[in-house]
Amino acid sequence: MHSSAALAEQFDDLEQQHESSSFGMWVFLATEVMFFGGLFTAYIIYRNFYLSAFEAGSRLLDVKVGAANTAVLLCSSLTMALGVRAAQLGKKKLLITFLVLTLLLGLAFIGIKLGLEWRHDYLEGFAPGVNWTFHGPDSRHLELFFCFYFFLTGIHALHMVIGAGILTVLIIMAGRGRFSPQRYNPVEVSGLYWHFVDIVWIFLYPLLYLIGGRY
Amino acid sequence: MVGHVVHKKLYFLVFAGLIGLTALTTGVAFIDLGKWNTLAALAIAVCKASLVVLFFMHLRWSSGLMRMALLAAFVWFAILVALTLSDEFTRQWTPVPSSWEAQVQQQAR
Repeated sequence: MHSSAALAEQFDDLEQQHESSSFGMWVFLATEVMFFGGLFTAYIIYRNFYLSAFEAGSRLLDVKVGAANTAVLLCSSLTMALGVRAAQLGKKKLLITFLVLTLLLGLAFIGIKLGLEWRHDYLEGFAPGVNWTFHGPDSRHLELFFCFYFFLTGIHALHMVIGAGILTVLIIMAGRGRFSPQRYNPVEVSGLYWHFVDIVWIFLYPLLYLIGGRY
Repeated sequence: MVGHVVHKKLYFLVFAGLIGLTALTTGVAFIDLGKWNTLAALAIAVCKASLVVLFFMHLRWSSGLMRMALLAAFVWFAILVALTLSDEFTRQWTPVPSSWEAQVQQQAR
């Protein structure tokens, strides 16, 4: 029998406990795929309807900022992966360092997204319903592209904000010494969530910024 | 210790690959390849997502249970897209009967 404090009584062993929590997160992420999947499908359909307007809309986004933000998010995924590794090895200080780095990079992404890009789009008059100054034959369809743009990046940014909250909790827990090489499930599953949000952006970046063509 | 501990070097290699692919997909968008632009962008995105899932999310070392969850997500997403698109692309296949068209025009007035 295990008498380890790391093991909750409903599990046979640590391995089963670890797998149960990871599986729970994977199932949640599957529902998240459905959640974003509906939006992606709608985007595909409307892009197909109004191809020229969607391509024109895509070219109005700043690809440099999009690429920079992709790099920032990929860095945060690396620090998160290294954080999980530090938790596995029981290195508390290293874990906290990587979690703080991940949080800072995540906040940088949100800052660039909302403070720089959205603000710029708003001032340029590309915010449907709030500040829309574009007039032309394709105006309505272009507006639809920007609706998708704000909705998709907005929902993604919301996930980032939730992720930042989770990281804050993890940092506090790590500081209190709540994790050990036997039990670091919260770090592991939060990592899975963080990487998933990264993957959503990996698809959003080409779909919104690139496939309109930049040539 | 629980779970597989990955060597630090591997994480940095995967990260370098991700940054490289981001540069590649951005570069390709500036070259006119016609319809292949969209395909290239999506193919590179799938490669990047696979790298993240396999290494950062540890799927390479995870049990069949985790793989099943991911597969289920894929299959259901494929159903969602395939059925929606099959409806969308086949709407024009059968012509609207002429008697219906007259009715629609009448209602429009």
